[in-house]
Amino acid sequence: MIPEIGHFALILALFVAIVQASVPLIGASRGNTAWAGVARPAAVAQFVFVATAFGALMHSYIVSDFSVKNVADNSHTDKPLLYKIAGVWSNHEGSLILWITILAVFGLALALAGRNLPPALRARTLAVQAMISVGFLLFILLTSNPFARLDPAPLNGRGMNPLLQDPGLAFHPPMLYLGYVGFSMAFSFAIAALIEGRVDAAWARWVRPWTLAAWIFLTLGIALGSWWAYYTLGWGGWWYWDPVENASFIPWLAGTALLHSAIVVEKRDSLKAWTILLAIVAFSLSLVGTFLVRSGVLTSVHAFASDPTRGVFVLALLAVTIGGSLILFAMRAPALQAGGVFAPVSREGGLLVNNLFLSAAAATVLLGTLYPLFADALDLGKVSVGAPFFNATFVPMMAPLIVVMGVGPLLSWKRGDLSGALQRLIAAMVATAAAIATVWLVSGRSVGSLEAAFGLGLAIWLLAATAVEYAERIRLFREPLAASLHRAATLPRSAHGMSLAHAGLAVAIAGIAGATAWDQESVNSLRPGAVTTLAGYDIVFQGVEPVRGPNYTSVRANIAVSRQGHAVADLHPERRQYANPPMPTTTAAIYSNGVSDLYVAIGDTDGGGATVVRVYFKPMVPLLWYGAALLSLGGLVSLSDRRHRVGAPTGKRRPASQTGA
Amino acid sequence: MTRKQRRMAFVGLGMLALFAAAALVLSAFTDNLVFFYSPTDLIAKHVPEGRRLRIGGLVEKGSVVKEGTTVHFVITDLTTQTPVSFTGLLPDLFREGQGVVAEGKLGPGGVFLASNVLAKHDEKYMPPEVADALKKSGQWQGDKDKGQGNKGK
Repeated sequence: MIPEIGHFALILALFVAIVQASVPLIGASRGNTAWAGVARPAAVAQFVFVATAFGALMHSYIVSDFSVKNVADNSHTDKPLLYKIAGVWSNHEGSLILWITILAVFGLALALAGRNLPPALRARTLAVQAMISVGFLLFILLTSNPFARLDPAPLNGRGMNPLLQDPGLAFHPPMLYLGYVGFSMAFSFAIAALIEGRVDAAWARWVRPWTLAAWIFLTLGIALGSWWAYYTLGWGGWWYWDPVENASFIPWLAGTALLHSAIVVEKRDSLKAWTILLAIVAFSLSLVGTFLVRSGVLTSVHAFASDPTRGVFVLALLAVTIGGSLILFAMRAPALQAGGVFAPVSREGGLLVNNLFLSAAAATVLLGTLYPLFADALDLGKVSVGAPFFNATFVPMMAPLIVVMGVGPLLSWKRGDLSGALQRLIAAMVATAAAIATVWLVSGRSVGSLEAAFGLGLAIWLLAATAVEYAERIRLFREPLAASLHRAATLPRSAHGMSLAHAGLAVAIAGIAGATAWDQESVNSLRPGAVTTLAGYDIVFQGVEPVRGPNYTSVRANIAVSRQGHAVADLHPERRQYANPPMPTTTAAIYSNGVSDLYVAIGDTDGGGATVVRVYFKPMVPLLWYGAALLSLGGLVSLSDRRHRVGAPTGKRRPASQTGA
Repeated sequence: MTRKQRRMAFVGLGMLALFAAAALVLSAFTDNLVFFYSPTDLIAKHVPEGRRLRIGGLVEKGSVVKEGTTVHFVITDLTTQTPVSFTGLLPDLFREGQGVVAEGKLGPGGVFLASNVLAKHDEKYMPPEVADALKKSGQWQGDKDKGQGNKGK
């Protein structure tokens, strides 16, 4: 009964979405407020119906209703409750339901929170949101119904992939989808603005918080995924430039560019068409990302079994969304009024450079990710584009961006003073040079250490320049400390947010450079009692013992780690064998001192009692997680800025062109 | 500078960045593209030793021999076999009779020296290249598996 309610609610949601996609648009263009006003209650109704469907599916998972095919295929009674719930989005159908639920939540938020929005803009934006809903609801109902029944119902389910039975991965897809779907808000605002024919500072102020929220979620989602891969896959890597990872990273790059270009629209009323285009592109890339992961067209280390038969529908959906919005853009963008004069050396100039590099990088990663598909289609042979390609292209594009990132915030709007900014950055330059020289000399003067020195130098540069900029803002050491603190307290939150986020990137870069350069590894076949040494740690393998978990059996190793005779940690890496589905997994054990990790994983035990023990020394990897946390925190602080929270001055909204709606 | 000149300067800068990016991409492509071969291709196309490539197929039953941390096994597309040697820890889902992709280079004597054996997250997953390689050699049986899947438990 409950699955049928869920199915029915989805169908109702489709009809509501059709109404919401059409009536408010007509109302807004004819100035009929009653018709335009349909958008808000429709968005609320749509949320209610979609949430009902989501709740129904979750209920089926929690009570293990195996008469529902989706539950029978992906769940099992012996799973802990958390993973019964996470099971909802562990598969294609369920993840689409999660997708559409998040879309409905964003629609609801806009309907309820956007009080200071002009009614016509809100009606149009909600209508565009509903168009996306229509596409996805049709997709779910016609090709991927999660409520399909099985008759007779099996006695138990087939279980969920054990690799997904992990707290990090239980929350990774919802975070990622909050990010992907969050960009739909920027997209809908952009399409609404194109229909309306005007984009101004107020528009940018409305779009920014939604983009920022999406960006925070996407950042957290990517970091969670990377963290999960690091500690569960047992090979200690945190980024492989794998297609599935790139699928989430490309929208992040585009979203970061959008975040920055929206500032230019807000402050200088410029870069308008470009910002609209970025909003369209960021969401389109999110769509591509969603489907790349689920379609299985690319060989990926993270690939899960998938069903390519839905490909045609997906392609059609992508073609309509991306093609349609780009055609609209081509028709309407020229009508957008050009903005203020642009000086190359200025804050907006710096932001433009940011956009240039970020979009070039996004395009490069996209090209590398999709190239195997093109090559296959054009019969150029089967190829794969791996990490070396991305390292050879992405790093050289990011390095100049980081350099500019240190200077940009010190330039003023309209006309910046480059030599003045550089003078204020002398301390940062000295620190950078010192860091590069120290690292190069200390770490053995090899090619690898040159890379590390270069990467750490960039990190120090960005950190120091960000600190200088912050100190300048609060006039630290130029005024009494109390006055500086008062300035810090009255600074807009977005300024704090920027400093935090930029510092976070610096920390993450330091982590990447250190982890790449000074990674150490030793693989040994050890008998109980044997000792191996790595990076100054003595690792004593004490043997293995069997352990039982809730839905798996496990072989657990006892490993004592000491340093110069002092015990440091006892580590217990495991090899688990899950029962449903029958599948082995590796659980690594990590000792972290906050700056570097000692990472231990075990392999098979042979007949003679020797076990393969893999030990990695992973210096500075924790900095990656700190960096990601700081980036998100910076976004969050910026999101809490007054001008996003309180309605903010509505600004003068002037019709921008002759073609107004 | 007039407004127009400024705009042209920006356009010029943009083009420059674009060209630089394109040059980077092209040079990276020539060095870093890794081609995929099935065991049959590997012999038919006379792949030179030392070039970085991927091979894929099924792990032949009974072929896995472990020597401490080094593993020897045979990848087959069911018509041709390629011996592979790999040092390191194999992914959890590596087992005989299953699809596998290995990256590395061809060593002396036709032995493939793998530096990386690709892990999968899901035992139902078959790398598309492997599926194609099996289809080409006429040994593809994947659709049969699917039929079983629908029966449930």
